[in-house]
Amino acid sequence: MTNATYTYTYADLPGLMGLMTGDEKHGPAATSTLDVLWVLYDRVLRVSPEGRTDPGRDRFLLSKGHGPMAYYAVLAAKGFVPVEWLPGFGSYDSPLGHHPDRTLVPGAEIGSGSLGHGLPIAVGTALGLRAQGLDEPRVWALVGDAELDEGSNHEAIAFAGPAGLERLHTVVVDNSSATYARPGGIAARFEAAGWSVLTVDGRDHDALYAAFTAPHPGRPHVVVARVEPKSA
Amino acid sequence: MDTMRDRFAPVASRLLDEDPRVAVVLAAIGTDGFAGAARRHPGRVVDVGIREQLLVGAAAGLALTGLRPVVHTFASFLVERPFEQIKLDLGHQDAGAVLVSAAASFDWPAGGYTHMSPGDVALLDTLDGWTVHVPGHPDEAETLLRHAVAAGDDKVYVRLSLQSNQRALSVDGERFRTVREGRSGVVVAVGPMLDAVLAATEGLDVTVLYATTVRPFDAAALRRATEAAGTDVVLAEPYLAGTSTAAANDALSDVPHRVLGLGVGRRELRRYGQLEEHVAAHALDARSLRERIGSFVGAAVRV
Repeated sequence: MTNATYTYTYADLPGLMGLMTGDEKHGPAATSTLDVLWVLYDRVLRVSPEGRTDPGRDRFLLSKGHGPMAYYAVLAAKGFVPVEWLPGFGSYDSPLGHHPDRTLVPGAEIGSGSLGHGLPIAVGTALGLRAQGLDEPRVWALVGDAELDEGSNHEAIAFAGPAGLERLHTVVVDNSSATYARPGGIAARFEAAGWSVLTVDGRDHDALYAAFTAPHPGRPHVVVARVEPKSA
Repeated sequence: MDTMRDRFAPVASRLLDEDPRVAVVLAAIGTDGFAGAARRHPGRVVDVGIREQLLVGAAAGLALTGLRPVVHTFASFLVERPFEQIKLDLGHQDAGAVLVSAAASFDWPAGGYTHMSPGDVALLDTLDGWTVHVPGHPDEAETLLRHAVAAGDDKVYVRLSLQSNQRALSVDGERFRTVREGRSGVVVAVGPMLDAVLAATEGLDVTVLYATTVRPFDAAALRRATEAAGTDVVLAEPYLAGTSTAAANDALSDVPHRVLGLGVGRRELRRYGQLEEHVAAHALDARSLRERIGSFVGAAVRV
Protein backbone atom coordinates (compact mmCIF):
# COMPACT_ATOMS: atom_id res chain seq x y z
CA MET A 1 0.00 0.00 0.00
CA THR A 2 1.57 3.31 -0.99
CA ASN A 3 0.60 6.82 -0.16
CA ALA A 4 -0.31 7.40 -3.80
CA THR A 5 -3.30 5.11 -3.53
CA TYR A 6 -4.43 5.48 0.05
CA THR A 7 -5.55 8.44 2.10
CA TYR A 8 -3.96 8.28 5.51
CA THR A 9 -5.77 9.51 8.57
CA TYR A 10 -4.76 10.41 12.08
CA ALA A 11 -5.45 6.81 13.08
CA ASP A 12 -2.65 5.64 10.78
CA LEU A 13 0.06 7.76 12.42
CA PRO A 14 0.98 5.34 15.23
CA GLY A 15 1.52 2.64 12.64
CA LEU A 16 3.70 4.92 10.53
CA MET A 17 5.75 5.87 13.58
CA GLY A 18 6.03 2.19 14.40
CA LEU A 19 7.81 1.67 11.08
CA MET A 20 10.61 3.91 12.40
CA THR A 21 10.77 2.71 15.97
CA GLY A 22 9.65 -0.88 15.60
CA ASP A 23 7.16 -0.12 18.33
CA GLU A 24 3.62 1.22 18.46
CA LYS A 25 4.19 2.75 21.87
CA HIS A 26 6.12 5.97 21.67
CA GLY A 27 7.74 8.16 24.27
CA PRO A 28 6.61 11.68 25.00
CA ALA A 29 9.50 13.20 23.03
CA ALA A 30 8.27 11.53 19.86
CA THR A 31 4.57 12.22 20.31
CA SER A 32 4.41 15.62 22.02
CA THR A 33 4.22 17.26 18.61
CA LEU A 34 2.00 14.69 16.90
CA ASP A 35 -1.40 16.35 17.27
CA VAL A 36 -0.09 19.82 16.52
CA LEU A 37 1.62 18.56 13.37
CA TRP A 38 -1.42 16.65 12.23
CA VAL A 39 -3.84 19.53 12.66
CA LEU A 40 -1.46 21.89 10.86
CA TYR A 41 -0.82 19.61 7.91
CA ASP A 42 -4.36 18.24 7.71
CA ARG A 43 -6.36 21.42 8.14
CA VAL A 44 -4.26 24.60 8.22
CA LEU A 45 -1.15 24.67 6.03
CA ARG A 46 -1.56 25.32 2.32
CA VAL A 47 1.20 23.00 1.22
CA SER A 48 1.29 19.91 -0.94
CA PRO A 49 3.94 17.57 -2.32
CA GLU A 50 3.34 18.94 -5.81
CA GLY A 51 3.51 22.56 -4.65
CA ARG A 52 6.39 22.23 -2.27
CA THR A 53 8.51 24.74 -4.20
CA ASP A 54 5.64 27.10 -5.03
CA PRO A 55 6.61 30.60 -3.83
CA GLY A 56 3.03 31.09 -2.65
CA ARG A 57 2.99 28.05 -0.34
CA ASP A 58 2.75 28.27 3.41
CA ARG A 59 6.02 27.51 5.20
CA PHE A 60 6.30 25.17 8.15
CA LEU A 61 9.64 25.25 9.92
CA LEU A 62 10.24 22.49 12.44
CA SER A 63 12.63 24.17 14.84
CA LYS A 64 12.41 21.45 17.48
CA GLY A 65 14.24 18.95 15.32
CA HIS A 66 14.81 16.18 17.82
CA GLY A 67 12.30 13.36 18.05
CA PRO A 68 11.19 13.91 14.45
CA MET A 69 9.28 10.63 14.07
CA ALA A 70 5.92 12.37 14.34
CA TYR A 71 7.06 14.86 11.69
CA TYR A 72 8.18 12.15 9.30
CA ALA A 73 4.99 10.19 9.93
CA VAL A 74 2.88 13.21 9.02
CA LEU A 75 5.01 13.99 5.97
CA ALA A 76 4.59 10.38 4.86
CA ALA A 77 0.86 10.42 5.51
CA LYS A 78 0.54 13.57 3.38
CA GLY A 79 2.64 12.17 0.55
CA PHE A 80 5.79 14.30 0.90
CA VAL A 81 8.02 11.30 1.59
CA PRO A 82 7.41 7.68 0.62
CA VAL A 83 6.20 5.43 3.40
CA GLU A 84 8.91 3.02 2.24
CA TRP A 85 11.52 5.40 3.61
CA LEU A 86 10.31 5.14 7.19
CA PRO A 87 11.83 1.78 8.23
CA GLY A 88 15.31 3.04 7.29
CA PHE A 89 15.06 5.87 9.87
CA GLY A 90 18.51 6.90 11.05
CA SER A 91 20.45 4.49 8.85
CA TYR A 92 23.37 5.48 6.63
CA ASP A 93 21.41 5.30 3.40
CA SER A 94 18.25 6.92 4.72
CA PRO A 95 17.33 10.55 4.06
CA LEU A 96 15.52 10.50 7.41
CA GLY A 97 17.88 11.24 10.28
CA HIS A 98 17.30 11.71 13.97
CA HIS A 99 17.36 15.38 13.05
CA PRO A 100 15.86 16.40 9.70
CA ASP A 101 17.92 17.79 6.82
CA ARG A 102 16.04 20.05 4.41
CA THR A 103 18.27 19.03 1.52
CA LEU A 104 17.31 15.37 2.01
CA VAL A 105 13.67 15.46 3.11
CA PRO A 106 11.10 16.62 0.53
CA GLY A 107 8.83 19.19 2.13
CA ALA A 108 11.16 20.04 5.02
CA GLU A 109 11.72 23.79 4.89
CA ILE A 110 14.74 23.74 7.21
CA GLY A 111 17.22 21.32 8.69
CA SER A 112 17.10 21.44 12.48
CA GLY A 113 18.35 19.76 15.61
CA SER A 114 20.46 22.43 17.21
CA LEU A 115 17.96 24.40 19.27
CA GLY A 116 17.03 28.00 18.68
CA HIS A 117 17.48 28.31 14.92
CA GLY A 118 14.00 27.83 13.46
CA LEU A 119 12.24 30.88 14.81
CA PRO A 120 14.93 33.37 13.68
CA ILE A 121 14.90 31.77 10.22
CA ALA A 122 11.10 31.98 10.23
CA VAL A 123 11.38 35.70 11.00
CA GLY A 124 13.61 36.11 7.96
CA THR A 125 11.26 34.02 5.85
CA ALA A 126 8.33 36.24 6.81
CA LEU A 127 10.40 39.33 6.04
CA GLY A 128 11.47 37.91 2.69
CA LEU A 129 7.93 37.04 1.64
CA ARG A 130 6.69 40.46 2.71
CA ALA A 131 9.49 42.20 0.79
CA GLN A 132 8.43 40.38 -2.37
CA GLY A 133 4.77 41.24 -1.99
CA LEU A 134 3.85 37.63 -1.22
CA ASP A 135 1.22 38.50 1.36
CA GLU A 136 -0.73 35.25 1.29
CA PRO A 137 1.74 32.64 2.56
CA ARG A 138 1.81 32.06 6.28
CA VAL A 139 4.98 31.08 8.08
CA TRP A 140 4.80 28.63 10.96
CA ALA A 141 7.61 27.65 13.32
CA LEU A 142 7.25 24.85 15.84
CA VAL A 143 9.41 25.22 18.95
CA GLY A 144 9.57 23.36 22.23
CA ASP A 145 9.06 25.08 25.56
CA ALA A 146 12.62 24.26 26.67
CA GLU A 147 13.92 25.47 23.34
CA LEU A 148 12.55 28.90 24.21
CA ASP A 149 15.37 29.15 26.73
CA GLU A 150 17.76 29.78 23.83
CA GLY A 151 18.67 33.46 23.54
CA SER A 152 18.29 33.40 19.78
CA ASN A 153 14.56 32.79 20.24
CA HIS A 154 14.33 35.76 22.57
CA GLU A 155 15.91 37.90 19.86
CA ALA A 156 13.33 36.67 17.37
CA ILE A 157 10.35 37.11 19.71
CA ALA A 158 11.43 40.60 20.73
CA PHE A 159 11.84 41.68 17.11
CA ALA A 160 8.80 40.08 15.50
CA GLY A 161 6.17 41.77 17.71
CA PRO A 162 7.21 45.39 17.20
CA ALA A 163 8.00 44.62 13.53
CA GLY A 164 4.35 43.62 13.10
CA LEU A 165 5.10 40.35 11.32
CA GLU A 166 1.48 39.36 10.87
CA ARG A 167 2.24 36.35 8.68
CA LEU A 168 4.53 34.82 11.30
CA HIS A 169 3.10 32.10 13.51
CA THR A 170 4.71 30.08 16.25
CA VAL A 171 3.42 27.04 18.00
CA VAL A 172 5.10 26.21 21.28
CA VAL A 173 4.64 22.58 22.26
CA ASP A 174 4.76 22.89 26.03
CA ASN A 175 5.56 19.66 27.80
CA SER A 176 6.96 21.46 30.84
CA SER A 177 10.51 20.52 30.04
CA ALA A 178 12.21 23.91 30.46
CA THR A 179 14.88 23.89 33.15
CA TYR A 180 13.61 26.97 34.95
CA ALA A 181 9.95 27.83 34.78
CA ARG A 182 9.45 31.13 33.01
CA PRO A 183 8.07 33.75 35.40
CA GLY A 184 4.54 34.53 34.28
CA GLY A 185 4.53 31.59 31.88
CA ILE A 186 5.31 31.25 28.21
CA ALA A 187 2.32 33.29 27.09
CA ALA A 188 3.45 36.29 29.12
CA ARG A 189 6.80 36.33 27.35
CA PHE A 190 5.14 36.67 23.95
CA GLU A 191 2.45 39.06 25.19
CA ALA A 192 5.11 41.40 26.52
CA ALA A 193 6.65 41.48 23.05
CA GLY A 194 3.37 42.40 21.39
CA TRP A 195 2.30 39.05 19.98
CA SER A 196 -1.20 37.66 19.74
CA VAL A 197 -1.27 34.71 22.15
CA LEU A 198 -3.55 31.74 22.73
CA THR A 199 -2.98 28.77 25.01
CA VAL A 200 -4.81 25.51 24.32
CA ASP A 201 -4.84 21.79 25.04
CA GLY A 202 -2.25 20.41 22.64
CA ARG A 203 -4.17 17.15 22.23
CA ASP A 204 -7.53 18.72 21.35
CA HIS A 205 -7.71 18.96 17.58
CA ASP A 206 -10.64 21.34 17.38
CA ALA A 207 -9.12 23.63 20.00
CA LEU A 208 -5.83 23.60 18.13
CA TYR A 209 -7.55 24.36 14.83
CA ALA A 210 -9.48 27.25 16.34
CA ALA A 211 -6.32 28.68 17.89
CA PHE A 212 -4.27 28.22 14.73
CA THR A 213 -6.84 30.05 12.61
CA ALA A 214 -7.77 32.83 15.04
CA PRO A 215 -7.41 36.31 13.47
CA HIS A 216 -4.50 38.44 14.72
CA PRO A 217 -4.37 41.60 12.59
CA GLY A 218 -1.06 43.41 12.60
CA ARG A 219 0.68 41.05 15.00
CA PRO A 220 2.51 37.74 14.92
CA HIS A 221 0.58 34.93 16.53
CA VAL A 222 1.68 32.25 18.96
CA VAL A 223 -0.24 29.20 20.09
CA VAL A 224 0.98 27.55 23.26
CA ALA A 225 -0.06 23.91 22.97
CA ARG A 226 0.10 22.26 26.35
CA VAL A 227 0.68 18.53 26.48
CA GLU A 228 1.43 16.11 29.27
CA PRO A 229 4.72 16.87 31.09
CA LYS A 230 7.78 15.17 29.63
CA SER A 231 8.53 13.57 33.00
CA ALA A 232 5.01 12.17 33.41
CA MET B 1 40.39 59.28 0.77
CA ASP B 2 37.15 57.68 1.86
CA THR B 3 37.30 54.32 3.60
CA MET B 4 36.05 50.94 2.47
CA ARG B 5 33.28 51.25 5.02
CA ASP B 6 32.33 54.72 3.72
CA ARG B 7 31.88 53.05 0.36
CA PHE B 8 29.70 50.21 1.62
CA ALA B 9 26.34 51.90 2.17
CA PRO B 10 26.30 53.88 -1.11
CA VAL B 11 27.28 50.82 -3.14
CA ALA B 12 24.84 48.51 -1.37
CA SER B 13 22.12 51.15 -1.76
CA ARG B 14 22.73 51.25 -5.51
CA LEU B 15 22.58 47.45 -5.61
CA LEU B 16 19.22 47.62 -3.82
CA ASP B 17 18.03 49.97 -6.58
CA GLU B 18 19.40 47.82 -9.38
CA ASP B 19 18.53 44.31 -8.23
CA PRO B 20 15.15 43.41 -6.70
CA ARG B 21 16.73 40.31 -5.15
CA VAL B 22 19.05 42.28 -2.88
CA ALA B 23 18.16 42.81 0.77
CA VAL B 24 20.34 44.49 3.39
CA VAL B 25 20.23 43.17 6.95
CA LEU B 26 21.72 45.24 9.75
CA ALA B 27 22.00 45.02 13.52
CA ALA B 28 22.02 48.66 14.64
CA ILE B 29 25.48 49.23 13.10
CA GLY B 30 25.77 51.28 9.92
CA THR B 31 22.06 52.05 9.68
CA ASP B 32 22.46 55.79 8.95
CA GLY B 33 23.93 55.11 5.53
CA PHE B 34 20.81 53.22 4.51
CA ALA B 35 18.21 55.83 5.48
CA GLY B 36 17.51 56.75 1.85
CA ALA B 37 17.52 53.16 0.62
CA ALA B 38 15.20 52.14 3.45
CA ARG B 39 12.69 54.76 2.30
CA ARG B 40 12.88 53.51 -1.28
CA HIS B 41 12.88 49.82 -0.40
CA PRO B 42 11.30 49.51 3.05
CA GLY B 43 10.91 45.74 2.86
CA ARG B 44 14.45 45.10 1.73
CA VAL B 45 16.36 47.08 4.33
CA VAL B 46 15.97 45.39 7.70
CA ASP B 47 17.50 46.48 11.00
CA VAL B 48 16.97 43.78 13.62
CA GLY B 49 18.46 45.85 16.42
CA ILE B 50 21.33 44.60 18.56
CA ARG B 51 20.58 40.95 17.83
CA GLU B 52 23.36 39.25 15.94
CA GLN B 53 22.01 35.71 16.17
CA LEU B 54 18.76 36.94 14.64
CA LEU B 55 20.81 38.93 12.12
CA VAL B 56 22.22 35.78 10.54
CA GLY B 57 19.16 33.60 11.11
CA ALA B 58 16.89 36.18 9.49
CA ALA B 59 19.31 36.53 6.59
CA ALA B 60 19.01 32.78 6.03
CA GLY B 61 15.22 33.05 6.04
CA LEU B 62 15.38 35.87 3.49
CA ALA B 63 17.64 33.73 1.32
CA LEU B 64 15.26 30.78 1.54
CA THR B 65 12.54 32.97 0.00
CA GLY B 66 14.83 33.73 -2.93
CA LEU B 67 16.39 37.05 -1.89
CA ARG B 68 20.12 37.86 -1.79
CA PRO B 69 20.86 39.11 1.74
CA VAL B 70 23.78 41.45 2.37
CA VAL B 71 24.54 41.28 6.07
CA HIS B 72 26.66 43.87 7.84
CA THR B 73 28.15 44.60 11.22
CA PHE B 74 31.56 44.54 12.91
CA ALA B 75 33.52 41.36 12.24
CA SER B 76 33.45 40.26 15.89
CA PHE B 77 29.66 40.38 15.92
CA LEU B 78 29.15 39.15 12.38
CA VAL B 79 31.41 36.10 12.32
CA GLU B 80 32.37 35.24 15.87
CA ARG B 81 29.29 35.80 18.00
CA PRO B 82 26.75 34.08 15.72
CA PHE B 83 29.15 31.51 14.35
CA GLU B 84 26.78 28.57 14.77
CA GLN B 85 24.16 30.50 12.83
CA ILE B 86 26.67 30.91 10.00
CA LYS B 87 27.45 27.21 10.11
CA LEU B 88 23.86 25.96 10.31
CA ASP B 89 21.46 28.67 9.10
CA LEU B 90 23.55 29.35 6.01
CA GLY B 91 25.82 26.33 5.48
CA HIS B 92 23.64 23.46 6.63
CA GLN B 93 20.48 24.99 5.11
CA ASP B 94 22.33 25.40 1.82
CA ALA B 95 21.38 29.09 1.87
CA GLY B 96 23.60 31.89 0.59
CA ALA B 97 24.43 35.37 1.85
CA VAL B 98 27.01 38.11 1.54
CA LEU B 99 28.53 38.93 4.91
CA VAL B 100 30.25 42.33 4.92
CA SER B 101 32.27 43.12 8.00
CA ALA B 102 33.88 46.26 9.33
CA ALA B 103 36.59 46.87 11.95
CA ALA B 104 38.79 44.01 10.66
CA SER B 105 41.63 42.88 12.97
CA PHE B 106 42.18 46.09 14.89
CA ASP B 107 40.70 49.07 13.06
CA TRP B 108 39.68 50.67 16.36
CA PRO B 109 42.51 49.93 18.76
CA ALA B 110 41.22 52.42 21.32
CA GLY B 111 38.11 50.25 21.51
CA GLY B 112 40.14 47.31 22.73
CA TYR B 113 39.96 43.58 22.12
CA THR B 114 36.15 43.41 22.24
CA HIS B 115 36.08 45.04 18.81
CA MET B 116 39.00 43.19 17.25
CA SER B 117 38.57 40.15 15.04
CA PRO B 118 41.88 38.81 13.72
CA GLY B 119 40.46 35.27 13.69
CA ASP B 120 37.48 35.77 11.37
CA VAL B 121 38.96 34.28 8.22
CA ALA B 122 40.47 31.34 10.11
CA LEU B 123 37.08 30.68 11.66
CA LEU B 124 35.33 30.68 8.28
CA ASP B 125 38.03 28.29 7.13
CA THR B 126 36.46 25.60 9.33
CA LEU B 127 33.41 25.75 7.03
CA ASP B 128 32.93 24.61 3.47
CA GLY B 129 32.18 26.72 0.44
CA TRP B 130 32.93 30.27 1.55
CA THR B 131 34.42 32.82 -0.82
CA VAL B 132 36.49 35.38 1.09
CA HIS B 133 37.33 38.79 -0.35
CA VAL B 134 39.92 40.99 1.41
CA PRO B 135 40.10 44.24 -0.56
CA GLY B 136 43.12 46.48 -0.15
CA HIS B 137 41.52 49.73 -1.29
CA PRO B 138 38.01 51.27 -1.29
CA ASP B 139 37.79 50.95 -5.09
CA GLU B 140 38.62 47.26 -4.82
CA ALA B 141 36.08 46.92 -2.03
CA GLU B 142 33.41 48.33 -4.32
CA THR B 143 34.33 45.92 -7.13
CA LEU B 144 34.49 42.90 -4.83
CA LEU B 145 31.22 43.81 -3.16
CA ARG B 146 29.57 43.82 -6.57
CA HIS B 147 31.15 40.48 -7.40
CA ALA B 148 29.91 39.09 -4.09
CA VAL B 149 26.32 40.17 -4.57
CA ALA B 150 26.30 38.91 -8.16
CA ALA B 151 27.62 35.48 -7.15
CA GLY B 152 24.29 33.65 -7.38
CA ASP B 153 23.46 32.14 -4.01
CA ASP B 154 27.09 31.69 -2.96
CA LYS B 155 28.29 32.25 0.57
CA VAL B 156 30.66 35.22 0.42
CA TYR B 157 32.54 37.17 3.08
CA VAL B 158 33.80 40.68 2.30
CA ARG B 159 36.26 41.99 4.87
CA LEU B 160 36.38 45.79 4.98
CA SER B 161 39.20 47.57 6.80
CA LEU B 162 40.48 51.05 7.56
CA GLN B 163 43.87 49.72 6.49
CA SER B 164 44.33 50.53 2.83
CA ASN B 165 46.94 50.71 0.12
CA GLN B 166 47.57 54.07 -1.59
CA ARG B 167 46.41 52.93 -5.01
CA ALA B 168 43.78 50.51 -6.19
CA LEU B 169 44.63 47.68 -8.54
CA SER B 170 42.19 45.97 -10.84
CA VAL B 171 40.75 42.90 -9.14
CA ASP B 172 38.64 40.13 -10.65
CA GLY B 173 37.16 38.46 -7.58
CA GLU B 174 39.06 35.24 -8.26
CA ARG B 175 42.76 35.31 -8.92
CA PHE B 176 45.99 36.51 -7.33
CA ARG B 177 47.89 38.94 -9.51
CA THR B 178 51.61 39.29 -9.99
CA VAL B 179 52.88 42.74 -9.07
CA ARG B 180 56.60 42.05 -8.99
CA GLU B 181 58.74 39.20 -10.32
CA GLY B 182 61.90 37.74 -8.80
CA ARG B 183 63.81 34.47 -8.47
CA SER B 184 64.39 33.96 -4.74
CA GLY B 185 61.01 33.41 -3.19
CA VAL B 186 57.35 34.34 -3.41
CA VAL B 187 55.57 36.75 -1.10
CA VAL B 188 51.79 36.71 -1.10
CA ALA B 189 50.49 40.08 0.10
CA VAL B 190 46.85 39.98 1.13
CA GLY B 191 44.69 43.09 0.68
CA PRO B 192 45.89 46.06 2.73
CA MET B 193 49.29 44.43 3.29
CA LEU B 194 50.45 45.21 -0.25
CA ASP B 195 52.05 48.65 0.24
CA ALA B 196 54.03 47.46 3.26
CA VAL B 197 55.11 44.29 1.45
CA LEU B 198 56.25 46.23 -1.63
CA ALA B 199 58.23 48.62 0.55
CA ALA B 200 59.67 45.73 2.55
CA THR B 201 60.78 43.78 -0.51
CA GLU B 202 62.27 46.74 -2.40
CA GLY B 203 65.57 45.47 -3.80
CA LEU B 204 64.89 41.87 -2.78
CA ASP B 205 64.81 39.35 -5.62
CA VAL B 206 61.32 38.04 -4.84
CA THR B 207 58.04 37.67 -6.64
CA VAL B 208 55.12 39.50 -5.02
CA LEU B 209 51.61 38.19 -5.58
CA TYR B 210 48.64 40.31 -4.59
CA ALA B 211 45.65 38.43 -3.17
CA THR B 212 42.30 40.11 -2.63
CA THR B 213 40.27 36.92 -2.95
CA VAL B 214 41.84 34.45 -0.53
CA ARG B 215 39.18 31.74 -0.59
CA PRO B 216 39.16 29.81 -2.74
CA PHE B 217 42.96 30.07 -2.48
CA ASP B 218 44.53 30.59 -5.91
CA ALA B 219 46.80 27.54 -5.73
CA ALA B 220 47.53 27.69 -9.45
CA ALA B 221 48.92 31.22 -9.21
CA LEU B 222 51.14 30.28 -6.31
CA ARG B 223 52.44 27.22 -8.13
CA ARG B 224 53.17 29.20 -11.28
CA ALA B 225 55.03 31.82 -9.29
CA THR B 226 57.20 29.21 -7.57
CA GLU B 227 58.27 27.75 -10.91
CA ALA B 228 60.45 30.82 -11.54
CA ALA B 229 60.98 32.08 -8.01
CA GLY B 230 61.47 28.84 -6.08
CA THR B 231 59.36 27.34 -3.35
CA ASP B 232 60.16 29.63 -0.43
CA VAL B 233 56.78 31.23 0.27
CA VAL B 234 55.91 34.05 2.64
CA LEU B 235 52.27 34.81 3.37
CA ALA B 236 51.63 38.35 4.62
CA GLU B 237 48.06 38.47 5.90
CA PRO B 238 46.25 41.27 7.76
CA TYR B 239 44.51 38.75 10.05
CA LEU B 240 45.67 35.85 12.20
CA ALA B 241 49.19 34.70 11.29
CA GLY B 242 49.18 31.36 9.53
CA THR B 243 45.55 31.53 8.38
CA SER B 244 46.50 30.50 4.83
CA THR B 245 49.53 28.36 5.64
CA ALA B 246 47.60 25.13 5.14
CA ALA B 247 46.26 26.35 1.80
CA ALA B 248 49.79 27.21 0.61
CA ASN B 249 51.09 23.85 1.82
CA ASP B 250 48.31 22.08 -0.05
CA ALA B 251 49.15 24.03 -3.21
CA LEU B 252 52.76 22.83 -3.01
CA SER B 253 52.19 19.40 -1.49
CA ASP B 254 54.14 17.54 -4.18
CA VAL B 255 57.27 19.68 -4.07
CA PRO B 256 59.72 20.47 -1.26
CA HIS B 257 58.85 23.93 0.02
CA ARG B 258 58.96 26.23 3.00
CA VAL B 259 56.16 28.52 4.15
CA LEU B 260 56.41 31.46 6.54
CA GLY B 261 53.04 32.77 7.73
CA LEU B 262 53.07 36.39 8.83
CA GLY B 263 50.05 38.13 10.26
CA VAL B 264 48.42 39.21 13.50
CA GLY B 265 49.75 37.41 16.57
CA ARG B 266 47.49 35.11 18.55
CA ARG B 267 48.39 36.59 21.92
CA GLU B 268 46.03 39.33 23.08
CA LEU B 269 48.02 42.55 23.04
CA ARG B 270 45.99 44.43 25.68
CA ARG B 271 46.98 47.79 24.24
CA TYR B 272 44.84 50.66 22.98
CA GLY B 273 46.32 53.46 20.86
CA GLN B 274 46.44 53.82 17.08
CA LEU B 275 46.08 51.40 14.20
CA GLU B 276 49.70 51.99 13.11
CA GLU B 277 50.93 51.11 16.59
CA HIS B 278 49.16 47.76 16.37
CA VAL B 279 50.55 47.12 12.91
CA ALA B 280 54.03 47.67 14.33
CA ALA B 281 53.35 45.64 17.47
CA HIS B 282 52.46 42.65 15.29
CA ALA B 283 55.61 43.28 13.21
CA LEU B 284 53.54 43.97 10.10
CA ASP B 285 55.10 47.35 9.26
CA ALA B 286 57.47 47.58 6.29
CA ARG B 287 60.66 47.58 8.38
CA SER B 288 59.69 44.51 10.42
CA LEU B 289 58.45 42.73 7.31
CA ARG B 290 61.74 43.38 5.53
CA GLU B 291 63.67 41.79 8.40
CA ARG B 292 61.49 38.73 8.56
CA ILE B 293 61.09 38.23 4.80
CA GLY B 294 64.76 39.02 4.15
CA SER B 295 66.07 36.56 6.69
CA PHE B 296 63.68 33.85 5.48
CA VAL B 297 64.51 34.06 1.77
CA GLY B 298 68.12 35.12 2.48
CA ALA B 299 68.78 31.96 4.48
CA ALA B 300 67.45 29.94 1.59
CA VAL B 301 69.71 31.70 -0.89
CA ARG B 302 72.78 30.99 1.24
CA VAL B 303 72.07 27.23 1.44
